[in-house]
Amino acid sequence: MSTIDFDGVSHAFGERMVLRDIRLTLTEQRIGIVGANGSGKSTLVRLINGLIKPDTGTVSVGGLDVARNAKAVRRQVGFIFTNPDNQIVMPTVAEDVAFTLRRRGLTPLEITTRTQAALLRFGLDQHADHPAHRLSGGQKQLLALAAVLVAEPDIVVADEPTTLLDARNARRITELLLGLSQQVIVVTHQLELLAAFDRVIVIEDGRVVADDAPDFALGAYRELLA
Amino acid sequence: MIGLYHPGDSLIHRAPMLLKLVLLSLAVLIVGLLGELWQLGACLIGVAGLFLVARVPLGAAWKQIGPILWILVIAVPLQALFAGWTTAGLMAGRLLIAVALAALFTLTTTVTAVLEGFQKLLRPFGRWVDSDRVGLLLALTLRCIPLVAEIVSEVIEARRARGTQGSLLALAVPVVVRSLYAADAIGEALAARGLDD
Repeated sequence: MSTIDFDGVSHAFGERMVLRDIRLTLTEQRIGIVGANGSGKSTLVRLINGLIKPDTGTVSVGGLDVARNAKAVRRQVGFIFTNPDNQIVMPTVAEDVAFTLRRRGLTPLEITTRTQAALLRFGLDQHADHPAHRLSGGQKQLLALAAVLVAEPDIVVADEPTTLLDARNARRITELLLGLSQQVIVVTHQLELLAAFDRVIVIEDGRVVADDAPDFALGAYRELLA
Repeated sequence: MIGLYHPGDSLIHRAPMLLKLVLLSLAVLIVGLLGELWQLGACLIGVAGLFLVARVPLGAAWKQIGPILWILVIAVPLQALFAGWTTAGLMAGRLLIAVALAALFTLTTTVTAVLEGFQKLLRPFGRWVDSDRVGLLLALTLRCIPLVAEIVSEVIEARRARGTQGSLLALAVPVVVRSLYAADAIGEALAARGLDD
C-alpha cells in the first residue's frame, strides 16, 4: 500500500479554518473518515490528490509532495465524488469511461478494450452508447467508479459515494469498494459501512479527535454526537 | 444528438463520420435544386432505402421524422394557397428529405464519432486552435444540456411547491446559481480525472 502523509497540514477558506495542524500517516488498505458536516473531512481527502493545496504543511503520496507533483499523484489517486452527475463529463457512458484513458496516450484499441472490460465489470456494457444522464442514480455512481478504476489507480478516494443512493445501491457500491485491491479511503456518514475497515479517523472542527480501529473510533464518534 | 444513436453494424453505421456529413450536405444541396415532383419522389424512395440498409426501426425513424409532418400539415395548404400545389409539394418534399437524411445521420453516428470528426477537421489548424480542447468543449456542452434541463425542472418544481410560479426572478436566480455550482464541481472532477495533465 502507498503511504499517504499529512505533515502539519492546515487550511482555511477565507477566515474560516477548516483543517488545523493535521498529522497523519495512512498505510492501511481501508481507511474510513467520519465527522459532522463542515468538520473538514472532504477538504482532508481533497488534499490527497491536490484538488486543494494546503495553506501550511505538506501532503505526500508515496513520497511525492502533492503540491509539487499533482500530475504524477493524480495518476495514482482516483477520486469519486458524492454526486456522480458532477463527475460524468462526457455525453455517453462509454465515452465517459474512455475519457480518462484518452489523456494517457493509449492506442485506440487499448482504449476500446479497457473501456469495454470496465463496462462489463460494472454491468454497464448494455448501456455503452446510451446517454449518461439517462442512467439511474446507482448506475451513474457505478459509471463514476468504472471511469476511475479503468485507469488502475493505486489509491481510490471516495467522498460520501453513497449519500445520494438508495439502500440497495449504497450496499452495492460499498461492496464494490470493499472488494477493491487498491488502498481505499472513504468519507461517509454511513457508519455501518465502516465495520470492515482497517482504520477509522474522526474529524471534528478541523482536528483529528479519534484515530483507531472501527469499533473504538466509532465509539468515540458516537460519544461526540451524543 | 444526445441519445438518438441507434446501435448497428450496417454500412451506414460503419461509414466515416466526415464522409457521412459531406454526403448529407451535398444531398441536401442537390435536393434543394431539384425542380420536379417525380425527382423528389424518387429521392424519397432512395432515402427510405437508406433507412432499410441502416436497419433503423420504424419507431426510431418516426420519432425523428414525425414532428416535421405536423409542420407540413399547416405549411403545405398555406403554401398551396399562395403559390400553388406544385410549389407546396416541392417544399414539402425537400423538407422531408432533408430532415430524414439528418435523422439518418444522427441515428447511425455516435457522439464520440462526431466529436472525433470535428477534432480531425480542426487538426490542420493546430497552430491556432487546440482541437482536443474544442472536442472537450463540444462534449461538455452536450453533457451539460440535460444537466441544466434537470436543474431547471427541479427549480420549477421547488417554485411550485413554494407558490412562486409567476416570478421569473425566482426561476432565473436559482438556475444560474445552481448551474454555476455544477460548473465548479465539473471543473473539479475534470482536474481529478487528469485534464490538466
